[in-house]
Amino acid sequence: MPLDNREINQLLQSLRANPYRLYVVETPHTGYLREFLVKEGDEVTGPSGKWMERPGSPLFVLERERNPKTIRAKISGEVAKVRRELEGKFVEAYQPVLEIRHTLTQKEIIAELLRKTLHIVTAPERARYFLAPDLAKRIEKEGEGRVVVKPGEELVIMSFMKRETPIVHQGEPMVVFRLFFSRGQMVEQGEPLLGLCLEKERPYVEKLIARVKEEWPV
Amino acid sequence: MRELQRHLADLIDRVLYLQDIKGEDWGGSSYLLEDLRRLKERIFELSEREFLDILKSLENRLEILEDRAARSLTPYEIVRITRNPQRFTLLDILENVYDSYTELGGEGENNVDPAVICARATISRRVGGKLHLHQVIVIGHEKGHGEEFRNGGSAKPWGNEKALRYMRVAETEGIPIHFYIFTPGAYPIEDYPGAAQQIARNLYFMSKLRVPTVAFISEGGSGGAEAIGLADIRLMASRGYYSVISPEGAAAIEGKLKEGERPSRELVEFCARQLKITAEDNLRLGTIDRIVPEPPLGARRNDYQFFKRLRYEMLRATDEVVLKTKSLKAFRSYALRRQKEEENPPDEFDVYVRWELSEVEIEKLLDLRSRKYREMSAHVLGRKKCRFRGYFEKTQDVGMRLYHDLRYGVLKQGQKMIQRVMEDLSGEGVVLLKQLTEPLKSAYDLLAARPKRTRPKVVSGEAAPEEATELYVSPLALEDRTVTCPNAEKHGCPDIWVPDLYGEFCGVCPNCGHHFPLEYEWYLRNIFDAGSIKEFNAHIASGNPLGFEGYDQKLEAAKKRTGRQSALISFQARIGGISLIVAMLIADFRQGTVGVAEGEKFIQACDRARITKRPFLAYIHTTGGIRIHEGTLGVVQMPRCTMAVREYIDAGGLYLVVYDNNSYAGPVASFLGCSPYQFAIRSTRIGFAGPRVIRETTGEDIPPDYHSAENALRRGHIQGIWDRRELRKKLYEALLTMGGKNLYYR
Repeated sequence: MPLDNREINQLLQSLRANPYRLYVVETPHTGYLREFLVKEGDEVTGPSGKWMERPGSPLFVLERERNPKTIRAKISGEVAKVRRELEGKFVEAYQPVLEIRHTLTQKEIIAELLRKTLHIVTAPERARYFLAPDLAKRIEKEGEGRVVVKPGEELVIMSFMKRETPIVHQGEPMVVFRLFFSRGQMVEQGEPLLGLCLEKERPYVEKLIARVKEEWPV
Repeated sequence: MRELQRHLADLIDRVLYLQDIKGEDWGGSSYLLEDLRRLKERIFELSEREFLDILKSLENRLEILEDRAARSLTPYEIVRITRNPQRFTLLDILENVYDSYTELGGEGENNVDPAVICARATISRRVGGKLHLHQVIVIGHEKGHGEEFRNGGSAKPWGNEKALRYMRVAETEGIPIHFYIFTPGAYPIEDYPGAAQQIARNLYFMSKLRVPTVAFISEGGSGGAEAIGLADIRLMASRGYYSVISPEGAAAIEGKLKEGERPSRELVEFCARQLKITAEDNLRLGTIDRIVPEPPLGARRNDYQFFKRLRYEMLRATDEVVLKTKSLKAFRSYALRRQKEEENPPDEFDVYVRWELSEVEIEKLLDLRSRKYREMSAHVLGRKKCRFRGYFEKTQDVGMRLYHDLRYGVLKQGQKMIQRVMEDLSGEGVVLLKQLTEPLKSAYDLLAARPKRTRPKVVSGEAAPEEATELYVSPLALEDRTVTCPNAEKHGCPDIWVPDLYGEFCGVCPNCGHHFPLEYEWYLRNIFDAGSIKEFNAHIASGNPLGFEGYDQKLEAAKKRTGRQSALISFQARIGGISLIVAMLIADFRQGTVGVAEGEKFIQACDRARITKRPFLAYIHTTGGIRIHEGTLGVVQMPRCTMAVREYIDAGGLYLVVYDNNSYAGPVASFLGCSPYQFAIRSTRIGFAGPRVIRETTGEDIPPDYHSAENALRRGHIQGIWDRRELRKKLYEALLTMGGKNLYYR
């Protein structure tokens, strides 16, 4: 997958111009919108805690069949575009009520960029994963983001119930840019394992990350 | 001069200790400390004579101050004495009271649980110039003098398990056990074997431990103390405390504080006063037997006089336990002599008492222990002694016992014996016949086309109980509205219309199976056969035995609201024709907390089940633990009720526990947790301490489903999870499978 510089630049520019993501909060079902518990400009937080056990900030109360339900924020950010005119009125399901402007963090932006720029190898099954011994040795010697893998070379070994299956690299020779798992970690199906990129693109990606780290607050 | 220097350092230590207890600027102690420090600086400027004079005058001042402090000690200051790092610990006792000891199950930091120490020790007594050695097992908490790994004497579940293991060793070897309680409370984690479950197992075992046991309490923190506290004689240090909850914990509850807030000193002092935690209070309440006198401001690790006294007390207490099992006369004369020695214990004993017991004496020991705990705290119920009623009740009891012994004991036993013989005979007969008929049968099978297979016949049929004809519907169902299931986000449950939910669905979400709480009447009406419930002991009422300020009103309000006198309902009922005794703790009355009245009712229900040879069901609608307003009188319900349960099970009874809604703390850690068959209704939470207490004690956060029934099942604390809609059927099945043909006796 060749890297489209123009596209990346556009992405960066758009992120810089608007480092937010808008989440539209809709009504989950019909009912009377009894009251708003926030006003425009309020900071709200999403669910938090190690197990996401602390619920997010309350946004508004929706009542159906005498069952008042407090709708809570699913993400942290700033409240915008509160539709005051709906207060006390009957609303249909999936009607937008307000927006939460979520400021992207540095981590989220880097993740977004990497998703766009890297060739991601995902886990085909829920299993334990190990780096192929040869590759692990080379990475230890040369460092992460330096090792080039050729097509047909073993990347990762998937191990489940004593059954070991190698995952082989296909396509052009690429650099192993990022590891997303630790040795022997249980990875869910579809989760990323490795991020690869072409040798010539490597300096560019590195620069990109350095720039994001420099420009965005943590 | 060096000796004087040491003396000075000692005085400084004493002032610091005084400040630790009474607060830094109490009674001008800070000036005294300043003077002492100044003297230390000028030590080389003064002559020995001058130095000694000043030192003497300062010591006099300190003595006056200490005397004043000792006379004005408040209960909370006693708590501070008990927790002071300078106070003696179990290792100091092992060094100074016992002649030699070997630690078992770990040493120092390399330990199963460094907060619990088990040791084989020898303790000596001098009789007429001869030295006699006694073997004992010492089990207790080690607070340490500030070492972090000791965890302040807070025993983890596996620490209590270790204690139980060495109790078994003592029983095998037939040597007495000395328990030393120095714990602020058990470490409230649920990891296997589980704080509550392990304490329950310990209590269950200790209630019939076949060796003499003596417990000494310095810091008795509720359930943690009970884990090794069920002893034949309970001694208590005069500057120790024994309480249902730490004063800070009580203050947080009384002041309705939010997590992380610290209660004010006044509130803590108030709670410490109300909870009646000192040795004198406990002696008056009858929860301990004797006080071991300490120096006025508490014994410290180098108070050798105190250790001497403690050795004497431990020897005497063990003697007393042993002699009580022997002829009465010997004990009486011994006890009389003891009273004379109270003031000034002698170095030499006049007799050597062997601590080994014969089988008959062990039976006596267990009987005395049972009686001791059954009587403990019963006095506060204020039942008037009426000779006529006493006789009446006794005759009724004897009558009932005779009838049931005859009906289910002698007659049924005989019947069972005959049945067994018949079964054996017919079994033998079949084998004999088979040998004769087998050749014929195989020949027949060969000739006949196809041997017919018949279905095996069930010997004893288990019919399902009749469904209740008319379902009782909760008054909660009378509202026309919907509610949201708490799992709606996770499982996408639709809103449920209340009349459906509390009517047809029995309070269960039809999508995810979440159980909404229902009132206890629902269970009374829908689980048991119609009209079979006969309540007893409804008149036994909860009171305010400690005179806890402001509690009378709360209690009155609860009585008025529920129309009941206590949180426990005991009754006889039937399920599908099987008659059983039930004890039910209900949420509506003070959150199902257990006090003296509830404990007494539980014991009487248990005894009734034993006498009438019925299965016994404890249905826990909710329990919030031991009622803190009843202090240690509440705590002793743990050993008391466990004792009753043990006797019931030993007599052959079938004891089932079913948890619902929330079940926490003391009751789970004693008479409920000790049942071999514990079940929970779905969406129940079971545990030792709530999430907040765990967070505050361990400093670690716990997952939201930490106490869920599923996790309790995973940890092996319960044996199954039942659906509320099937409770009647499940109970019936359980009674038949666990009780089987032996439902009424073993």
